[in-house]
Amino acid sequence: MEKGKVNIDYNNPVIRIHGLEKAFDDYEVLRGIDLELFQGENLVVLGRSGTGKSVLIKIISGLLSPDKGKVEVLGEDISKLNDRELQALRIRIGFSFQNSALYDSMTVRKNLEFPLVRNRKGITRKEIDTNVESVLDAVGLSQTINQMPSELSGGQRKRIGIARTLILNPEIMLYDEPTAGLDPITCIEINDLINEVQQRYNTSSIIITHDLTCAKSTGDRIAMLLEGQFQREGTFDQVFDTNDSRVKPFFDYNFIK
Amino acid sequence: MDTTDSTPIPEAPVRRKRGSKLKKSINDFFFSMYQINQFILKFFREAFVPPYEFKEVVRQCYEVGVRSFTLISLTGFIVGLIFTKQSRPSLLQFGATSWLPSLVSIAIMRALAPLVTALIAAGKVGSSIGAELGSMRVTEQIDAMEVSGTNPFKFLVTTRVLATTLTIPILATYTGFIALFGGYLNVAVNEGTSWRTYIQQVFDPLTFVDFTASLIKAIVFGFTIGIVGCYQGYNSNKGTEGVGKAANGAVVTAMFLVFIEEIVIVQISSWFR
Repeated sequence: MEKGKVNIDYNNPVIRIHGLEKAFDDYEVLRGIDLELFQGENLVVLGRSGTGKSVLIKIISGLLSPDKGKVEVLGEDISKLNDRELQALRIRIGFSFQNSALYDSMTVRKNLEFPLVRNRKGITRKEIDTNVESVLDAVGLSQTINQMPSELSGGQRKRIGIARTLILNPEIMLYDEPTAGLDPITCIEINDLINEVQQRYNTSSIIITHDLTCAKSTGDRIAMLLEGQFQREGTFDQVFDTNDSRVKPFFDYNFIK
Repeated sequence: MDTTDSTPIPEAPVRRKRGSKLKKSINDFFFSMYQINQFILKFFREAFVPPYEFKEVVRQCYEVGVRSFTLISLTGFIVGLIFTKQSRPSLLQFGATSWLPSLVSIAIMRALAPLVTALIAAGKVGSSIGAELGSMRVTEQIDAMEVSGTNPFKFLVTTRVLATTLTIPILATYTGFIALFGGYLNVAVNEGTSWRTYIQQVFDPLTFVDFTASLIKAIVFGFTIGIVGCYQGYNSNKGTEGVGKAANGAVVTAMFLVFIEEIVIVQISSWFR
């Protein structure tokens, strides 16, 4: 499905990162990242496995702390927030995990209710049900409401994972390898869902992937993470219009040249 | 050419390697002690600061109770029955079988009931907590909870530790009575002692210190099982292997600590007798 028209406000960055560095023991993963994500934009971060793509979004969501640099999310410098403030900020960010990270002891309904019940004090039963039905409808899986995560397919789990983040109406979505391990048809469905979420919920998103089909169909801008830094950035065609031996194999492999 | 002569044996580096390995082990030990200490402090900081997770604590208490109930009932009964049976021949030699209920009650209420309960709970509950949290950690469910605005430590750790701390004393008391009942069946069959007489003889030698020490022991054991299980699971890594290690570590460490605590509390309570 072709991506519809989106409104990106290039005067309004929702994430600003400057000079971000992160190392694990002696291994420097991120070596001075500068990045801006604009309101309404889908930014795809491409890179090889182990280059720190997931580390980047974990830092943005406050799951990891940076060694150096400044990370501003929705106007807040995350290194200056206390636990309570960070918790409040996280509600405004949706995080879709690579393996969906559904609570496997809860049904789909309970999975979706969990963030809502815990973050919206005084919410009524009727409001909970309406919200749950609405996000399930958005991801096209209303029939799975009483199923356990173990009864769902990989694609369904991804969709429910996305639905669980949407239930809090996030302003930013972070997708960690949304199409990893899925068949091509399901990948297309997930890509369409990411675009639909962008338009329907007016979210700004960072999509971490090494699937170029996903990058091409969802990304308004692509940033290529190489050796701990963003070394190529632009539209899909701009990024891959190169003979750089670190970039070209991505394209050749994905599009079987 | 003799190759062995031309290949020098790097003695000094080996020594350095051994030295650095030992140094690393000592560092790791103290670092893990520090981490456990921080984990316990965090528990106290989170447990007594609102918002409280009452509903989840009650749910966890139910889980802990249900998980161990059948095994504890069976083990308690058998311990009482066997202990009475095995003690009889020794007392019979002195014609002192009438002391059997007193002996059984002191052994069970002072030592066996909390200890047996704790060991069973360490196996059933501790391993289950370690595996559950470990699995949640490696499948990023704990991270998912954190990014959705829930404090996972408060929701997962404090509730489970409070549940084991509250439930294991209740289970230990229950084990004590089931074991005494097992002892009664043996005494009744062999000596024809009535229930009323048996109960009187059982409670006569017990003092306030016995009950208090037993209760404190069970509380400490419960806390230990909960905190060790949660620590192992919450900090597990390395995928599915980490889950297994967390479950195993929860049982082994908790059992070891339970025995150490048993010795310490027995020593302290003996000063008050």
